[in-house]
Amino acid sequence: MSVDAARAGSSVRGARLRLSASFWRRPWVKAIALLTPPVIAFLIIYVGSLSVLFISSFWTVDSFTGKLEHVWTLSNFKLIFSTSDPTYLRIAARTIGIAAAVTVTDAILAFPLGYFMARIARPRTRSLLFVMVLLPLWSSYLVRIYAWRLILDNEGALNWVLGGVGLHLNIAYTNWAMWIVFSYVWLPFMVLPVYASLERIPDNYLEASGDLGAAGWRTFRSIILPLALPGVVAGSIFTFSLTLGDYITPLLVGGAGSNFIGNVVFENVGVNANVPFAAAFATIPVMIMALYLLAARRLGAFEAL
Amino acid sequence: MRRIRKRHVLVAALAMALCVPAAGAGSGNGLPTKIGKGEGSLNLIEWPAYSDPSFANKFVKETGCKIHRKDAGTSNDMVALMRTGGGGGGGQYDLVSASGDASLRLIYGGDVQPVNVNLIPSWKDFISIFKSPAHNTVNGVHYGVSVQWGPNTLLYNTKKVKPAPTSWAAIYNKKYKGKITVPDNPIQIADAALYLEKSKPSLGITDPYELNKTQFNAAVSLLKQQRPLIKKYWTTEPDEINLFKSGDVVIGATWPYQTLQLQAAHAPVKELIPKEGATGWADTWMLAKKAPHPNCAYMWMKYVTTPQVEAKQALVFGETPVNPKACPYMNKIQADSCAKYHLNQPLSYYKQIHFWKTPVPQCGNGKNNCMDYNAWQQAWTQIKG
Repeated sequence: MSVDAARAGSSVRGARLRLSASFWRRPWVKAIALLTPPVIAFLIIYVGSLSVLFISSFWTVDSFTGKLEHVWTLSNFKLIFSTSDPTYLRIAARTIGIAAAVTVTDAILAFPLGYFMARIARPRTRSLLFVMVLLPLWSSYLVRIYAWRLILDNEGALNWVLGGVGLHLNIAYTNWAMWIVFSYVWLPFMVLPVYASLERIPDNYLEASGDLGAAGWRTFRSIILPLALPGVVAGSIFTFSLTLGDYITPLLVGGAGSNFIGNVVFENVGVNANVPFAAAFATIPVMIMALYLLAARRLGAFEAL
Repeated sequence: MRRIRKRHVLVAALAMALCVPAAGAGSGNGLPTKIGKGEGSLNLIEWPAYSDPSFANKFVKETGCKIHRKDAGTSNDMVALMRTGGGGGGGQYDLVSASGDASLRLIYGGDVQPVNVNLIPSWKDFISIFKSPAHNTVNGVHYGVSVQWGPNTLLYNTKKVKPAPTSWAAIYNKKYKGKITVPDNPIQIADAALYLEKSKPSLGITDPYELNKTQFNAAVSLLKQQRPLIKKYWTTEPDEINLFKSGDVVIGATWPYQTLQLQAAHAPVKELIPKEGATGWADTWMLAKKAPHPNCAYMWMKYVTTPQVEAKQALVFGETPVNPKACPYMNKIQADSCAKYHLNQPLSYYKQIHFWKTPVPQCGNGKNNCMDYNAWQQAWTQIKG
């Protein structure tokens, strides 16, 4: 019995050894074995669903029965790009415009903060700042947006404070409110890559710059900014794409005329199951992000991630 | 009823007749004649709290039908849910509490089946207009039983809006720019049409849900002019309550529920049905075509329309029963609530309310030139911009 068991054990070990030896002799087998699962998952889940999205955008829905009609047509795209009724173009422009504004705002806010954290703060202060930057991410996104509603309300915290100096701001449920809330919720995603890229600048570059007679501003413009730019661009990928794809913030803090691409997609999926039109409109942010990522790669953002 | 073309009804009825599952033995017209033994389960697509445990638990105990709920946020959600899994409730859902802007879509889409109202004893007590309303009864065939309803009223802040409004014109008035709210729902086009029916008789609008191209465009352009005046299109009841509480808006279209909540919180608001009349919503428990538990479904329709349960549900949700016998029970739970929710009104009160129904191409007079719900939906996206 025990001999049999030992033999069986050794034969299992032998098989394992043979397998590992064959992997060693043929490294490409090992590579295939390692990469097949993620590649298949990527192809099916990611590329597959994107292709289905793209293909279905050329179909239509029968308005009476709500059934899909598999007839190739450009009518969805014609409606989106129609100039006689520019509703959808206006919504796309609004979405892109606010996403860009949020990205610029976050970059401006994150740069000094990241600089302070990376180059000036002592380790303890730095840890504290890290916690504070990340703290909002511990609570639900929805809770933070509702909190902003209370702040921006007509009789909210903001107007209560401003009331002390005799001012009153009526920005609740406007595009301004969306800009503020988006800038707030996505700020951590900008701070972290900017911090990382600033931290990587060697001290002796700055000393050399000073030794060669460059003043602070010149050092910032010629040394720090170019070296930190990939980090800013990497952060902007997050802030831009997250804003571009959002529909909850417009729903909750936006007012009349605050619809985003995501809201129209959401409404069309719910209504008569007009998935083809939703798919057609959803390809626009995909295209924009593809172009954005190409540009970001040229600016070296992927080395800073 | 004459507005719906016979061909569609015939097709629908035929399809239904073929698919009625075994809820008692089918008689000549395919409808069950008695409610059989419960199947032990009941799956509902409902407005949140439409099977609130406060009144549903008793039903579960009495019938042994365990309730599984799927809450829907909008009428479109409801239609989409009913159409999953090949339509007709996908063999998963039994009943849906559809509002009038969804019910005809479900009937024409073949997602619901006829119901024998004789098995619902309270049905004969309903306020007459809710027995066979156009939004759930087609050519005398019932696709469910009415359950509750409410008017869409004009709500205003009594301190900020003076003099008190008497007409819907107030929500199109530049005087209240940035202080107006209306529901985020394509059916809002009907509210504009109702206002135009009285203020612009030359358009010849007779039914706010049956609009030809010219009438439709007039309503849409009125709403486009209204957009810059709107603070927010509200999506949920708490949304609107907050807007009025914070003073962000002072006037808007509402449901009685929000008004009562605001008044209970001592907000200075009042509501009214303006001189043009009002639109209203009425909900129907509709039987899914592929309902897996039809007996439990019938028992539920029977149970929720009884006066005691009608009264309880009305006060949980803030709406009005279709069964006037619920009146004394409402008052017992909450003094004067029957009058508050207008259940004690004469028939003339209900006549000024135009209940939601899904816009379809078939107009009155046998014409087929009306704008359908898809067009309404698209226009609504454009209005909101």
